[in-house]
Amino acid sequence: MATYLEFIQQNEERDGVRFSWNVWPSSRLEATRMVVPLACLLTPLKERPDLPPVQYEPVLCSRPTCKAVLNPLCQVDYRAKLWACNFCFQRNQFPPAYAGISEVNQPAELMPQFSTIEYIVQRGPQTPLIFLYVVDTCLEEEDLQALKESLQMSLSLLPADALVGLITFGRMVQVHELSCEGISKSYVFRGTKDLTAKQIQDMLGLSRPAVPVQQGRPLQTQEQPAISSRFLQPVHKIDMNLTDLLGELQRDPWPVTQGKRPLRSTGVALSIAVGLLEGTFPNTGARIMLFTGGPPTQGPGMVVGDELKTPIRSWHDIEKDNARFMKKATKHYETLANRTAANGHCIDIYACALDQTGLLEMKCCANLTGGHMVMGDSFNTSLFKQTFQRVFNKGFNGDFRMAFGASLEVKTSRELKIAGAIGPCVSLNAKGPCVSENELGIGGTSQWKICSLDPSTTLAIYFEVVNQHNAPIPQGGRGAVQFVTQYQHSSTQKRIRVTTIARNWADAQSQLQHIEAAFDQEAAAVLMARLGVYRAESEEGPDVLRWLDRQLIRLCQKFGQYNKDDPNSFRLSESFSLYPQFMFHLRRSPFLQVFNNSPDESSYYRHHFARQDLTQSLIMIQPILYAYSFHGPPETIAQWQKAGYQDMPEYENFKHLLQAPLDDAQEILQTRFPMPRYIHTEHGGSQARFLLSKVNPSQTHNNLYAWGQESGAPILTDDVSLQVFMDHLKKLAVSSAS
Amino acid sequence: APVKLHFPHPQNSNHKFLSTTIQVIEDDRSNRGSEPFVTGVRGQVPPLVTTNFLVKDQGNASPRYIRCTSYNIPCTSDMAKQSQVPLAAVIKPLATLPPDETLPYLVDHGESGPVRCNRCKAYMCPFMQFIEGGRRFQCCFCSCVTEVPPHYFQHLDHTGKRVDFYDRPELSLGSYEFLATVDYCKNNKFPSPPAFIFMIDVSYNAVKSGLVRLICEELKSLLDYLPREGNMEESAIRVGFVTYNKVLHFYNVKSSLAQPQMMVVSDVADMFVPLLDGFLVNVNESRTVIISLLDQIPEMFADTRETETVFGPVIQAGLEALKAAECAGKLFIFHTSLPIAEAPGKLKNRDDKKLINTDKEKTLFQPQTSFYNNLAKDCVAQGCCVDLFLFPNQYLDVATLGIVTYQTGGSIYKYAYFQVRTDQDRFLNDLRRDVQKEVGFDAVMRVRTSTGIRATDFFGAFFMSNTTDVEMAGLDCDKTITVEFKHDDKLSEDSGALLQCALLYTSCAGQRRLRIHNLSLNCCTQLADLYRNCETDTLINYLAKYAYRGVLNSPVKTVRDALINQCAQILACYRKNCASPSSAGQLILPECMKLLPVYLNCVLKSDVLQPGPEVTTDDRAYIRQLVTSMDVAETNVFFYPRLLPVVTDVDSDSLPAAIRNSEERLSKGDIYLLENGLNIFVWVGVNVQQGLIQNLFGVSSFSQISSTLNTLPVLENPFSKKVRSIIDMLQVQRSRYMKLIIVKQEDKLEMLFKQFLVEDKSLTGGASYVDFLCHMHKEIRQLLS
Repeated sequence: MATYLEFIQQNEERDGVRFSWNVWPSSRLEATRMVVPLACLLTPLKERPDLPPVQYEPVLCSRPTCKAVLNPLCQVDYRAKLWACNFCFQRNQFPPAYAGISEVNQPAELMPQFSTIEYIVQRGPQTPLIFLYVVDTCLEEEDLQALKESLQMSLSLLPADALVGLITFGRMVQVHELSCEGISKSYVFRGTKDLTAKQIQDMLGLSRPAVPVQQGRPLQTQEQPAISSRFLQPVHKIDMNLTDLLGELQRDPWPVTQGKRPLRSTGVALSIAVGLLEGTFPNTGARIMLFTGGPPTQGPGMVVGDELKTPIRSWHDIEKDNARFMKKATKHYETLANRTAANGHCIDIYACALDQTGLLEMKCCANLTGGHMVMGDSFNTSLFKQTFQRVFNKGFNGDFRMAFGASLEVKTSRELKIAGAIGPCVSLNAKGPCVSENELGIGGTSQWKICSLDPSTTLAIYFEVVNQHNAPIPQGGRGAVQFVTQYQHSSTQKRIRVTTIARNWADAQSQLQHIEAAFDQEAAAVLMARLGVYRAESEEGPDVLRWLDRQLIRLCQKFGQYNKDDPNSFRLSESFSLYPQFMFHLRRSPFLQVFNNSPDESSYYRHHFARQDLTQSLIMIQPILYAYSFHGPPETIAQWQKAGYQDMPEYENFKHLLQAPLDDAQEILQTRFPMPRYIHTEHGGSQARFLLSKVNPSQTHNNLYAWGQESGAPILTDDVSLQVFMDHLKKLAVSSAS
Repeated sequence: APVKLHFPHPQNSNHKFLSTTIQVIEDDRSNRGSEPFVTGVRGQVPPLVTTNFLVKDQGNASPRYIRCTSYNIPCTSDMAKQSQVPLAAVIKPLATLPPDETLPYLVDHGESGPVRCNRCKAYMCPFMQFIEGGRRFQCCFCSCVTEVPPHYFQHLDHTGKRVDFYDRPELSLGSYEFLATVDYCKNNKFPSPPAFIFMIDVSYNAVKSGLVRLICEELKSLLDYLPREGNMEESAIRVGFVTYNKVLHFYNVKSSLAQPQMMVVSDVADMFVPLLDGFLVNVNESRTVIISLLDQIPEMFADTRETETVFGPVIQAGLEALKAAECAGKLFIFHTSLPIAEAPGKLKNRDDKKLINTDKEKTLFQPQTSFYNNLAKDCVAQGCCVDLFLFPNQYLDVATLGIVTYQTGGSIYKYAYFQVRTDQDRFLNDLRRDVQKEVGFDAVMRVRTSTGIRATDFFGAFFMSNTTDVEMAGLDCDKTITVEFKHDDKLSEDSGALLQCALLYTSCAGQRRLRIHNLSLNCCTQLADLYRNCETDTLINYLAKYAYRGVLNSPVKTVRDALINQCAQILACYRKNCASPSSAGQLILPECMKLLPVYLNCVLKSDVLQPGPEVTTDDRAYIRQLVTSMDVAETNVFFYPRLLPVVTDVDSDSLPAAIRNSEERLSKGDIYLLENGLNIFVWVGVNVQQGLIQNLFGVSSFSQISSTLNTLPVLENPFSKKVRSIIDMLQVQRSRYMKLIIVKQEDKLEMLFKQFLVEDKSLTGGASYVDFLCHMHKEIRQLLS
């Protein structure tokens, strides 16, 4: 048998699923004693170039409360043309189209290698993708110019039939009509007044007027699409006009007096964008792309007043309950985010400014709708430009790497229940027998909506084992989970991806070593980290750290091998050995630590952490430091570089050495979204602090002399080093007192 | 000499003895038209408004600026009460002068500003008395002594006059202007040049009738004729454009744009201006963009199906735009229908002709909501004057829509059932004149008087927030304010009574100025002196305005009775105190009031006080507002229209002599013109020679004359030219372009025409001149007995 590592890797490649436990404890009681919950990371649209979609409808279990999809785990009676649902054991007739099936003529969904399968289905009319640009004009001239160019460029990246719209805002909000010739026309709204969706639609003339019914004349239906098309037009029709319009965009003309921030009506602008799409294209894939260069300063959703002397809220202000606009603003954006999610649209936030822009308050817009969140210093940076371009990247088959309006449904065999999910999704409030009462993350449902997702979007899904201790599962029994993701492909097709997995049950008392061996410490670390970050969004930071520590200690006590009260005897098996180290780094990471980060930065980091796949998440928790050298001390290299050796032909190998990390960095930069902040520094350089804050503080000013002088410089932090952390952990784990 | 008429029985009355308006006008013309009217002497009664005369300012304001009901005021309030003669002045502060009279000089006192009395703040004027060798002056209004500022000091000559008397307009003239200092400006900031905002209704009716296209075409050329100051090369006035139906469309016409930009504001509940830069622009700089806009507006709305309009938000938008630009200005609103779309100031149709002659009739003249009153207040505060051009096809509630216009000193023009073909000349002429005419903004007028009398009541298109200051967002050369005075003390015959009207305003180039008009009146202890120095035309102006205001609060009948009663008392007082004893059967009228009965009868018969069946509620509200701002000449011809026979003698240059407004004066074989300032009728008798008909109308017979014509055809013959030139002469004398109506004798339109033959008994029950005179006589006799 292959090792568990191989098993885990194969499963991840095939199904996009990583479970914390790959052999499941067979009773509720035992499961809770495992400390790390039974959970998985699911990448619903994991790229599978080897998996061509099938062009028919999935076959569903006929029990109304089940409706599981036919899958390789189902028992099939080929003669009677019956199949048994592996979740509810209902026996189902195959539909007439399956009359010809037999052991040798199986449909794809019954073959074991198709535990993940994708269906293309015909549902309703296909509508083109929609991109609604919401552009802040309170920018510096240079920034606005750069943004305009990026937006103009993006038009060429959109599919030709995509609908595109433009809203600009500053002190007022302007919805631009794109259909007219000659005079350019826009609808203008006050930036201080919140309007209901109905009001917005009325004011934009989107609500269809009661057409006086004339006797004997049929209603003219051709006119109907024209209404919304004034604001959203196929890009191929208006790209010239829109390019000109974008080119003519001026900075917000209202004067900004000294000592004031420009009046920026982000809240109303977003509200109008949401209302516009809500009224015209509900339940079709649409991106609202917000480009902003500063905090909202007026109207609903304002984050800070326009007086520059009052700085935008910091973590300190929030702790002291001194952030006067935060709650109201957050509520405004949450309402918008929920409406957007209900419509199946998503909101991207591209915030470029040196100061904070209110991401803390606005984060839910991206978090609940699966939109992107990009934070940069200026629109005139390659970070923004390349990131923005990458939004329109295409996958292996030439399709956009974006999908819309997905709903994820999870079905479990009866020993399991669903506790919740953490990721860029909202609950669809689908109650059912497989929904647990104990919630982890967004719970109380077996279905979630993910308004926008790409092939790497990853959700954490948490389960609860509900099988009672006194009702043992028969030997060889397997638990199964089915993930059904319905979504709008970027080609506008409706698709359904179905992944069905099964794992063995094991009795935790007699077969603990099986369970232990099948522990996926990487997945577990990320799953625990997501729980931690999820808690950190609502709880105080220290509480989360304490909870995390307690969990770690309990895990070590449960799975470590030690003699009581003898820290030196403590050992962890290979499948757990890295886990404490992950937790050490997680504790120090910006996902949980707010020190040295603004509220916006914390929101930004947490946003990205809650959607990345396992590999990226692990790197985010525990960054990788690559070393390049001639085996000499690093100071020398910096000095050589200053001396210009790399430019001399005889030192070409030195040039290569310098080039190697740059090349590698470029390669990494190319693969990530959003493009990472790239810092090129040297020993003692001012920017070196970014690097030093990430490394293990094995030498600090506190223990400098204890460790001797010979290796690198001390790191100025009060954080303990990994070594100290581990020592302490061992002490606590083996202590008989706890 | 007093006029004595003997009236034993009305039936037997001999018309020959009636005083005729024609005779009075002609007499005044021939007696006083040849000599210039020199204003140096106190208490002079000027020639009638119907007389052409030249004015020489020698220390009192020209009658073109101020006319009074009497130029000799009773010394005591008892006398005034006894006589019942109202003491009022009709003031037209920015009146246009004929070319041969000089405009008021502009005096610049530099940073210290005009010299004023310390106590009553009256401005330096010819009546101020310099004392102590010129170091101080005593105020002619309140007698307070004020130091002469050093820079203003000048020695006195042996008569006590300053030696620079003739060099200084404020010492030698009745009317002059001061350049205002920053203290006279709002927020202590010199004003920016004003702006004109054109706001065009583009709802279905406006587009369909061709109105929108017509306005846009006209504006293209009209924008070159915005008012400019003196010899400035271009107007300082900036312009902006808005179109609207249920929503408002603002236009960015910034000169740097290749194309205008339209910005739609649909949030009419909470109006705001969506743009700052590019809304108000200099015409020359943005010409191409403006022309492009005006070309495109009719196209953009050509297919509109929107029939509903808003109105309140339109004014709000203009007001907000001026606020944002921190300037005063004028809105030109072109509006077609009752604003029933959901918005502030939304109105409902509440027209109800059944209310006429009931106690509730007054509600027809009152606004149906206070919204527009409040809006008007805001407009006045900003100096936002609203001119309203209405094109109704049905009731649109002029009484309510006109409130803002009325209170901001604006003008209303109404073109019912507007059709481009028939009404465009009239509308375009009115528009041109309205845009081009001299106008001041953000104006405050205060009338100061010498001790003994004070201004107590004001009539006209303005707003007052206290009892003394008349505030007008805009004041043009046609607007007139009537001011009533009451005694608060005794006057003396020696010092007489003085009026000083000071108007602070912003000129069309944005200059803050003060225009001062001074007038000195005599005072009398004998009633006979009062009755010798009255002016009936001015009296009628006052009485009409007083009555027209009365209908807002009282039943029309009460107002009419009060008018009759007051005039009867005036005449009875004269009879009792001034006339030599004679039989009770004799009606004796003072010479200068001999036309009072005939004119009063006209006021009583007017549409506001006695509407005919074809007069709409909107017409009455419209007329009521128009009359309130009329000057004496306008009320004169409005109430007693001018009827001119068209003489076939084509050689004479002058107008034909007018005849009395009575059907019996019309001959079947002649053509007549009748004008009242709003309409011109061409009346054609049934027996007019065919040759004349051919020459004038280009048709061969009377029956072929079309009564739907609104112009006379342009025909190349002396008679046609003559008649058209007479009509043109009449048109230029009036502030509005009159509507031409062709009336064929015995045709159905003649009914309308006959309403204007005011000496005859009217179809609606209005008395004939003779009947009314008898009635007055009866009233007077009752008062005397």
